[in-house]
Amino acid sequence: MESMLHITTLHYLVLGAALFLLGVIGVLTRRNVVIVLMSIELILNAVNLNLVAFSRMWGGLHGQVFAIFVITDAAAEAAVGLGILIAFFRNKETVNIDEVNLLKW
Amino acid sequence: MAPVATPFFFYLLSGIMLIGGVLVITRKNPVHSALALIVTLLAQASIYLMLYAPFVAGVQIILYAGGIMVLFLFVIMLVSVDRVQRERQFNSQWVVGIIAATALGGLFMAVYTKGKDIFPEHALPMVENDNTQQIAMKLYGQYMFAFEIASLLLLVAIIGAVVMAKKRI
Repeated sequence: MESMLHITTLHYLVLGAALFLLGVIGVLTRRNVVIVLMSIELILNAVNLNLVAFSRMWGGLHGQVFAIFVITDAAAEAAVGLGILIAFFRNKETVNIDEVNLLKW
Repeated sequence: MAPVATPFFFYLLSGIMLIGGVLVITRKNPVHSALALIVTLLAQASIYLMLYAPFVAGVQIILYAGGIMVLFLFVIMLVSVDRVQRERQFNSQWVVGIIAATALGGLFMAVYTKGKDIFPEHALPMVENDNTQQIAMKLYGQYMFAFEIASLLLLVAIIGAVVMAKKRI
């Protein structure tokens, strides 16, 4: 109980790992493409939490700068992914990921 | 200023984040998932404040919750069909997905039990008065090349998103 009351870096890493696991479950099991994209954002946020927690542990600010770059990258990737989703929806009128099978053999 | 009631705030915010994460991956309505993700992102910004990272917290709120999630909501309103909400919500490979996620969870547990003793007990107190200035000095000094590449990446993403969503190229 004593070790649970003093918040160390390990607490933040466990929280990041739990968020990562939730994001992976969302990516692998959901049918709606938009929710899959949102689970990818959950994964990126878990990585950001790890980076900022380690930046606090080591004292330098490199982790926080890296986290800013990850947020920028997530914005770019969300924009392009949603653009692809709109293009796909215009052709097939569905957001079901089981029907994204035009490249299947 | 000394931190006060750190365990209470940590467990409260991490509980909000985990509940929000579970709601994101389990809601049938994508608008509900987007709102739960906004709650998760705001709780994460508060945890960044606990970790002495006020600039990253501000960037998270403005860019992530205020930019990316608004984009998600626009696209949900564009592509959301009414019959989507009445169908099944889990795809055809969900069994394999759950097995893979369980394997990943087992890997995390193994890493945790092996490596939980290598972290130091007490974290160094960090100054937060000039956090933004320090990040600016690193961003425009040591990471200048990465900064320029990130702006190029954003330009490519803007062009790509516009071309992808146009009716006629």
